[in-house]
Amino acid sequence: MTFGAIEAWWWPFVFILVAGWIATDIWRFAGVFLGERISEDSDLLVLVRCVATALVAAVIANLIVFPGGALATTPLALRIGAAIAGFAAYLATGKKMIVGIATGEAVLLAGLLLF
Amino acid sequence: MPGLILMAAFVGFAGLARDAGLTLVQTVFMTGIVWALPAKVVLVGSILAGNTLPAAAFAVSLSSVRLMPMVVALVPEMRVPTTRKWVLYLLSHFVAVTSWVLAMEKFQHVPRKMRTTFYAGLGSTLVLTNMAVVAIVFTMAGRLPATISAALFLLTPMYFLTSLWGSARERAGHVAMAAGLLLGPVFHLLTPEFDLLGAGLSGGIMAYVFHRIVRRRGT
Repeated sequence: MTFGAIEAWWWPFVFILVAGWIATDIWRFAGVFLGERISEDSDLLVLVRCVATALVAAVIANLIVFPGGALATTPLALRIGAAIAGFAAYLATGKKMIVGIATGEAVLLAGLLLF
Repeated sequence: MPGLILMAAFVGFAGLARDAGLTLVQTVFMTGIVWALPAKVVLVGSILAGNTLPAAAFAVSLSSVRLMPMVVALVPEMRVPTTRKWVLYLLSHFVAVTSWVLAMEKFQHVPRKMRTTFYAGLGSTLVLTNMAVVAIVFTMAGRLPATISAALFLLTPMYFLTSLWGSARERAGHVAMAAGLLLGPVFHLLTPEFDLLGAGLSGGIMAYVFHRIVRRRGT
């Protein structure tokens, strides 16, 4: 029952549907089911929002600390330094996203070209 | 702008899928039907590893549990008493990090009644654009220089880092973000299978406890 197990043209699509679509959308649908039952100013929603925010933050941190592709070959300290510099620039300029992103990229590129 | 950054991330995904031996049609189909990027990376990884269907479904499922609290947080903000249920179920398919962060950030400027329409436009634009991006990149041979693609890969976390901070509803959101940033890599080393769930649950609960303590002091 692997991806290449059945030669028919439709098998990879069944594989993607079951292992990709169902496995993913079942959680989104569960989220709608639960979300419909929570009022917007309930305390439980603050908790859910905190968990969702911490989850997304964990995704971000892992993209920086354990990256894929070409970023994986750059020094860890440089990636973290670039992210911190970019975030500091974002806060310092009154939450200007573009300044933050540009600063982070500039630090990374400068680091890669200098060392 | 966020759309452009997401497109850069999908450039990387198209390369990964092509290297894994998937066809163009399969990759574009997967982009539209699964949508969340981490789920797709896990799915392609399972295909590469030659895993069976149940094993692949289980691995993808683990990476997608995280979408549930995100949807739960989003739904009460775009629902009005007349909203039809199927509309919410349909729209939930568009939930992934980029559209979620964008919606949480922009909803305050969108009238409540227009929020489902707003999210439908946002979500479908992102999905369709990136299906096109994947198709284009897939057919283009050749690769970018290492320095350029390293810079591209940094765009996604930099964008999320700044926009997630701006999307926080209360101080606890900032606490949750800081906790998640620190705990994500820690949990990745401790329990790679459950890194996001572990970091999200523990970081989120810590931030919630902070929220309760601050509110008690305030009253």
